[in-house]
Amino acid sequence: MLRFAPWLITTLLVGPILAGLAMAVLPAFGYLPALGGTDFSLSPWQALFAQPGLWRSVAISFASGLVTTAISLAVVLLFLAGAFGSRLDRWIRRLISPLLSLPHAAAAFGLAFLIAPSGLLARLVSPELTSWERPPDLLIVNDPWGLALMAGLVIKEIPFLLLMSLAALHQLDAERRVAMARSLGYRPAIAWLKVVAPSLYPLIRLPAFAVIAYASSVVDVAMILGPTLPPTLAVSVLTWFNDPDLSRRFMASAGALLQLGVTAAALASWWGLECLVRRLGRGWVTGGQRHAGERALRLAGKGLILLAAVTALVGIAGLAIHSLAGFWRFPDALPQAFTWQHWQRALPSLGGPVTATLTIATASTLLALGLALAALENEQRSGRHPAQGRLASALTLLYLPLIVPQIAFLFGLVVVEALGTRPTRWLVIFGHLLFVLPYVFLSLSEAYRRFDPRWMRVALTLGATPNGAFWHVRLPMLLAPLLTAMAVGLAVSIGQYLPTLLLGAGRVPTVTTEAVALAAGGNRRLIGVWALMQASLPLIGFVIAVGLPRLLWTHRRGMRGSP
Amino acid sequence: MPIRPLALLPALALMLTGPLQAAPDPADWEAVLDEARGQTVYWNAWAGDDRTNRYLEWVAGRVADEHDLTLVHVKLDDTSAAVSRVLAERSAGNLDNGSIDLIWINGENFAAMKAADLLHGPFAERLPHFALTYPEHNPEVVTDFTLPTEGYESPWGKAQITFYYDGNEFSGDGTMAEEPPRSIAALLAWAEANPGQFTYPRIPDFTGSTFLKQALIALAEDTAPLYAPAEESDFAAVTAPLWDYLDALHPHLWRSGRQFPATGPELRRLMSDGELSLAFTFYPSEPAAAVADFELPDSVRSYVLDEGTLGNVHFVAIPFNSPHKAGAMVVANFLLSPEAQAHKQDLAVWGDRTVLDVARLPEADRTRFAIDEENPAMLPAGALEQTLPEPHPSWMTALQDAWRERYVGR
Repeated sequence: MLRFAPWLITTLLVGPILAGLAMAVLPAFGYLPALGGTDFSLSPWQALFAQPGLWRSVAISFASGLVTTAISLAVVLLFLAGAFGSRLDRWIRRLISPLLSLPHAAAAFGLAFLIAPSGLLARLVSPELTSWERPPDLLIVNDPWGLALMAGLVIKEIPFLLLMSLAALHQLDAERRVAMARSLGYRPAIAWLKVVAPSLYPLIRLPAFAVIAYASSVVDVAMILGPTLPPTLAVSVLTWFNDPDLSRRFMASAGALLQLGVTAAALASWWGLECLVRRLGRGWVTGGQRHAGERALRLAGKGLILLAAVTALVGIAGLAIHSLAGFWRFPDALPQAFTWQHWQRALPSLGGPVTATLTIATASTLLALGLALAALENEQRSGRHPAQGRLASALTLLYLPLIVPQIAFLFGLVVVEALGTRPTRWLVIFGHLLFVLPYVFLSLSEAYRRFDPRWMRVALTLGATPNGAFWHVRLPMLLAPLLTAMAVGLAVSIGQYLPTLLLGAGRVPTVTTEAVALAAGGNRRLIGVWALMQASLPLIGFVIAVGLPRLLWTHRRGMRGSP
Repeated sequence: MPIRPLALLPALALMLTGPLQAAPDPADWEAVLDEARGQTVYWNAWAGDDRTNRYLEWVAGRVADEHDLTLVHVKLDDTSAAVSRVLAERSAGNLDNGSIDLIWINGENFAAMKAADLLHGPFAERLPHFALTYPEHNPEVVTDFTLPTEGYESPWGKAQITFYYDGNEFSGDGTMAEEPPRSIAALLAWAEANPGQFTYPRIPDFTGSTFLKQALIALAEDTAPLYAPAEESDFAAVTAPLWDYLDALHPHLWRSGRQFPATGPELRRLMSDGELSLAFTFYPSEPAAAVADFELPDSVRSYVLDEGTLGNVHFVAIPFNSPHKAGAMVVANFLLSPEAQAHKQDLAVWGDRTVLDVARLPEADRTRFAIDEENPAMLPAGALEQTLPEPHPSWMTALQDAWRERYVGR
């Protein structure tokens, strides 16, 4: 049975994506008999290229992919180089999980409320410092260059890249490398950048690719923070898909393929940048410089990540204040009164979406956990060693759903739905599984592979069957990482917007779809309620992941592990 | 001749689904009520305003109590998504098990669905409560953007463009004129004098598109072509004054016309944040309701333009492939009940005006609709008599496309 697990995972991940892409290719060239397209033609592409502002959309999607990733990666590397072992380091490490679990949409709302001309920041400094009696007429959120969009993405991608880096650092023995370099006279941050970073990057390359793909094709964050005239390419594709003029669906398919091309181009450019940095960096690494820039590096390393973390936290606090605000005119820093009214009004409508969110998240996470465990156990028993980090390894397949833009293949899957099956919760759960499985697997595999094989050998010599050893030795000892993987899975599922919207046909409302749907209305108080709800659900998972092992293993310190 | 079993399948399927297929007849209302019991009705409705959403929740609770059916509000950010879905379902051969039972609709979306035979009907005129609208005296409840509804949609509420402003800012202390602009022409002059204080929702939002039509009616040399399909006239020539006007207006709008708010409710939020001094809404009682909700200051005043403003009726319709037509009709009928209409008009709830002919209602029902005319944020009595009829629906889509062509990606 176990032998089939890797096959099952591969089929589950690759099958729908290939099918979805194929179903997007045909209509993009005019073929979709259900809508009367029986001849192949280039007219969808002609219609697409005639769209006003198309190239601007493309440029912003492309730039957003590269800029977001470059900034996030730089912040993470600088932090690791400059703050290693400091108090800030410990504080940030404790913050990673909550920040990672924060859904993108909630973080985007928090940022929007913070930096808008009538937002918290402007209110705090007005009118004393700015003499603004009314909000300044400045284009900050939804700016035409997508800067707000990139900022919102950076806040969320930093924790992701940081977590991936920390996991990879275990393999590198960074402390000894840095100690060696320091004995040669290198200052700590410079030493880290010169001897650890070059070995670390190949290990976090795939996560960086995933960030590029995500940032260039994201829909929900772009709807909240992104430009509007025109919006980013992915958002435009969604609008065309929903146009009552069904011929636009052909154009939407072409747009979805164009999105695939834009993401591919961003990945290729990144690869080019990698080569450039490698060439330019070699001279710097071997140049022998030991001191120059140390202070600036340390300052940037601490300052930038602090800025990102504090922005995210203040944004959430802003959501909380808005959800409780009574009458609140600009430039008052705080509302004149606080009220529970918004929560009371939202409460009746929260129940359904919260239940749906939790059901879908639990089901997809449990499925993913089962599959990941089966594959990992199979790997252990067959003694095969995973080739981590190399692009050609099977692990790359895990990243496929994260690297192929969601909008490109989900459209194809929606064709299945349009063919008559009514949208069901199961379809949504399956859609979520595509994205939950990779994260659960990545989160679990590290601990699973590092698990000391001698425990299992001892169990087997004492007469336990392989299955018995798995259930009675391995699982209990891996409880903490298992629960963490579950929490990650829940968080990923809760944050999904596009798969829920498209596969659920809007009839499977989750807190995420509801919160994003409210964005257009601009009622910040209500958005505050929903975004806060959306942000707090994943936290439950992490609280359980941290608390349960401590509760269960109260008297066995060694079993608690590090979550 | 051998019988091919596969060839019988469609016939078999028809036999199996046959009894379900018989569309419920509203003439036998008791039968409709019986059939509706226990059904789940999926109502796809624009959900951009939480006041509307809360009203829909109230309706869901009432029909559950009264008729034992479950009403689910499928939240849309644009009604066209629902049109697109029904069309896709029919194209894929899904003729009797669609995913939408009821749509909140009017204008170009209704025109598109009716033209493509995507609606169930006629049913509306046989709903028991429909008579209370007295269509013979109120032709607008059976006319949607110049098109006769022919019973394919049931009236639900009335909207009319209403402007509102903060009276304190127009107090004549020198910074701003005493009076807000009372015509489209005066609006341009006012915006030039007060840059950044006015805007309209981004096209294709329906409130924003309505502003375009309002401006076009005021600026066009001859409005007669607007009430016939757009293809029949020289679109460029008819709309040229509108584009000249918008080109002149945009630099003086909020964010210099480089960005527009997404929806009408967002205009209200911008007013509440003090970013705008003048705004408009489709729901005449919205400003007063927002004052009651502490969203707007109590110095807010409403008015309509001297040349009149666009008004229309919005409806609910049933897609042809809805599997729960009986339930959908029961909901449509409940929406027309004096209880539901009065609750909808209540300022504390939504403030959307009733489609019932209040003057002809029995005394007991009439009192439910009493409007608080003393409320300073409300329109003065009689202001809504100046209603401009909606142009032909084709103008809406044509204007939207032309607007995007002109202003997107500049």
